[in-house]
Amino acid sequence: MKRPNGADRNAAIHDYRDTRIFTVRAISGLIIVFLLTLILVARLIYLQVLSHEHYSTLSQKNRVTIYPVPPIRGLIYDRNGVVLAENIPTFHLELVPERIHDMEATIQQLRRLIAIDEEDVTRFRHDLERKRSFDSIPLRFRLNDEEVARFAVNRHRFPGVEIKAGLTRHYPLGPLMAHVVGYVGRISEADLKRIDAANYRGTTHIGKTGIERSYESFLHGKVGYQQVETDVLGRQLRILDQTPPLSGQNLHLTIDAHLQQVAVDALGGENGALVAMDPKSGEILALVSTPSFDPNPFVSGISATEYQALRASLDRPLFNRAIRGQYPPGSTIKPFIGLAGLELGKIDKDSTIFCRGIYFPEFRSQRPYRDWKRHGHGHTDLEKSIVESCDVYYYELAYRLGIDRISSFLARFGFGAPTGIRLPGEGRGILPSREWKRRNRRQPWYPGETLITGIGQGYMLATPLQLAVATATLATEGVHLQPLLVRTLESPDGSRTAQHAKVINRISIIDPYNWSTVKHAMTQVVHGPHGTARRIAQVEYRIAGKTGTSQVFGLKKDEEYDAEKLAKKLRDHALFIAFAPEEKPRIAVAVIVENGGSGGAVAAPVAGKVIDAFMRSKGE
Amino acid sequence: MQSGYSSRSAPRGDTAPPARGLAVRLHLDLPLLVGLLFLSGISLVVLYSAGEQSPDLIIRQATRLGIGFAVAFAIAQIPPRSFQYWAPWLYALGLALLIAVLLLGEVGKGAQRWLNFGLFRFQPSELMKIAVPMMAAQYLAGFHLPPRPRAIAVASLIILAPVLLIVKQPDLGTALLIAGAGGFVLLLSGIPKRLIFSVLALLALAMPAIWYLMHDYQRRRVLTFLNPEADPLGAGYHIIQSKIAIGSGGWFGKGWLNGTQAYLDFLPESSTDFIFAVLGEEFGLTGILVLLAGYLFVVSRGMIIAIRAQDCFSRLLAGSLTLTFFIYFFVNIGMVTGLLPVVGLPLPLISYGGSSLVTMMAAFGILMSIQTHRKLVAS
Repeated sequence: MKRPNGADRNAAIHDYRDTRIFTVRAISGLIIVFLLTLILVARLIYLQVLSHEHYSTLSQKNRVTIYPVPPIRGLIYDRNGVVLAENIPTFHLELVPERIHDMEATIQQLRRLIAIDEEDVTRFRHDLERKRSFDSIPLRFRLNDEEVARFAVNRHRFPGVEIKAGLTRHYPLGPLMAHVVGYVGRISEADLKRIDAANYRGTTHIGKTGIERSYESFLHGKVGYQQVETDVLGRQLRILDQTPPLSGQNLHLTIDAHLQQVAVDALGGENGALVAMDPKSGEILALVSTPSFDPNPFVSGISATEYQALRASLDRPLFNRAIRGQYPPGSTIKPFIGLAGLELGKIDKDSTIFCRGIYFPEFRSQRPYRDWKRHGHGHTDLEKSIVESCDVYYYELAYRLGIDRISSFLARFGFGAPTGIRLPGEGRGILPSREWKRRNRRQPWYPGETLITGIGQGYMLATPLQLAVATATLATEGVHLQPLLVRTLESPDGSRTAQHAKVINRISIIDPYNWSTVKHAMTQVVHGPHGTARRIAQVEYRIAGKTGTSQVFGLKKDEEYDAEKLAKKLRDHALFIAFAPEEKPRIAVAVIVENGGSGGAVAAPVAGKVIDAFMRSKGE
Repeated sequence: MQSGYSSRSAPRGDTAPPARGLAVRLHLDLPLLVGLLFLSGISLVVLYSAGEQSPDLIIRQATRLGIGFAVAFAIAQIPPRSFQYWAPWLYALGLALLIAVLLLGEVGKGAQRWLNFGLFRFQPSELMKIAVPMMAAQYLAGFHLPPRPRAIAVASLIILAPVLLIVKQPDLGTALLIAGAGGFVLLLSGIPKRLIFSVLALLALAMPAIWYLMHDYQRRRVLTFLNPEADPLGAGYHIIQSKIAIGSGGWFGKGWLNGTQAYLDFLPESSTDFIFAVLGEEFGLTGILVLLAGYLFVVSRGMIIAIRAQDCFSRLLAGSLTLTFFIYFFVNIGMVTGLLPVVGLPLPLISYGGSSLVTMMAAFGILMSIQTHRKLVAS
């Protein structure tokens, strides 16, 4: 045995202290445990002894179940009262998992009565995992009358399975309005994160795209509740009390469905887009993207094969070209560059530039810049440059202005920024500048790129909507409005709230006369003897316009070689912007026909037909 | 650290030699075993009613309990010194698995908690419920009590690392439980009271920030807790219905199998998280007091085992595991009676199923091991 030394004694002291500290803490812990349990007991005495009578009564009355009553979704009309989105009565099959003992067997037996495909079952199982067991989960939507009858006869065999009558969203005009109105679909996990789940209790669908999505909060309304007395089997005996739901608001759009149809017909099956707006009010009159798709299958759940076909189509019907398609504006940018030249004193109305069909820049350049007209336009002033769309004039003007001035001037018309239209997924286009290229391409700006920006090529991209807004701004001599899609919100009680376009910017220029110079030149594009769009001229009113043709870049590597398709895909995009009448503009239009070729020959007539239909409908 | 340990792990001379019955030779602690069996019995009785008298449910629950007891017995055979030795490895493994879950775990009901091993799915956070207090106890046992600030800081890190990983899954309930288990080790090790109060004050001040970081569903739970009537069909429904069930039970309850709330499907999750309401309805306050007595007996026995343990590691571990068990039933009952927000914790040993049952029984196995491996030394 070792003699106890200092270290051992120290250890013993520590040991004793450790034990004491722990014991004190452990006993305090135990005391706290007892105290907290006492709180529980106090609470239970409160519930079970003091409030016993209250809860006992509630328990007696607990044959009363509360059901949510979903609100009726607001309707959507065009500006003339044509219905674009409505609710039609339908029946669907719903299951309450808690009340079904053998889910597999139940589904199998239901299948013998009602057509239920694999996709329905997959979706149902997906919901089953996420919903609570006492929630009613839909298995099949839109039963036909025969299926309803067949189930009704066999109802007693299926406890926990019910046929629910409901309203299904329907879009009577189908593809015509799909890119504007959008569609509703079943609420997904992602949707649940952005909504107040309590208000969507009982609601199965939510706006997925278009106005259905961006105006969801107006369209949906407020959920109501119904207190229903049930018997032990859950059969409803009578309604005791209800808080009625508050229907969503009806929307009256600025869109004219008739004009929209005219635009679709005018595009004649080509891929393209057209945006028409009222420059004074900012109201969008037509917003077309072709090809389109039928939104109705999306409501009850589109089949995977159908959806895949839409996605895979080379014509991209789901893609809203009018607000998301980004194209080089080509020569349609010239009136704006011309205005910049006048405004910044780089040219005046009558100064000319000599065009030989080819332009040799002052800076050292690898190549000369060509005009579309081989032998040139000769002596060219501003009006001629717009009317005949002379490229050399704009190479020189862009060179004199410099990219940064071009960029900041065009920005005032809304290029390079979203227009703020209330539709999801709007493209912002590209307004190139030194700063933009440094940030996005990590490269310095080359002078040659300034020249091609002058004719709307190179990096610059704009959506058809941006072009329409810029044209409207030109038409109103500088009133830059945020485009408006909804004119009036109509509450269920019938009260109406008018909507007005926001003024984004009032462009003030030094010499207001410059507006009319440019506008007059644009009128000559249509009405002048040499105008590139003279074929659409009308006698009754004067149209101001500008054609554009923008180059399409080469094929992507993985695209298949198909002689006919290839030839088409390499063709230029045809563009046209216009407003009418010249003196008192009431409509501004931007058109793009993908791979259409010449702007004057292909795009201008489309705009012409729309403007004509509009002017005629106004009875002038 | 190792040298410090060997001297302090010397048996305490003042302990009376424990009775060496058959139970002790099998490494079973009889009082604890009786307490657990009593609670398991209550579970089967209440479940029979809550589960609409389905024999299937009872058989499955009995099997689960059986597995739980087997795990407890198996773990009780392992001497505490082995736990102490393996703690860092277990902890490291747990951390690795938690990271694996975040990288390649399965998503279920909006959270990523599971690892799929083909044959079975595993929730690493369950392992951490034991590994974290074990590691914290192992670390603090390397010093004299009370621990110095540096040791407290390191121990806090040991606890917070897995807690943050679990918060990220996100599984706030489990994260809080594990933070609690680790926190109890610190509390029991005698950290200064000033520190305890400062942390509590800090937490109170941090409330707005925590609110900001919470997921929407978590915020909704808190809001519903504050005002269940705001959403009478959603989250508020549970609390309203369970209060009706419990309150209507009165002193003696409506009698076994006579509860109406669960049977008529007004009370959701009546066999799992809200089983307490069924007990309250059918057996009244009397039944609840019996259950609470059972729980308090088990907790008291656990604390006695902790106090009588012979080394610092065993004490801290036993104390922490026992107090965590208390948190389980306190939070569950608090939530079912509307005192606390709904956090989705089962009523320990009573609720149907739950992977946490096995973890809990493993913890009791550790307690038995600590109690029955004490050395018989007289001075």
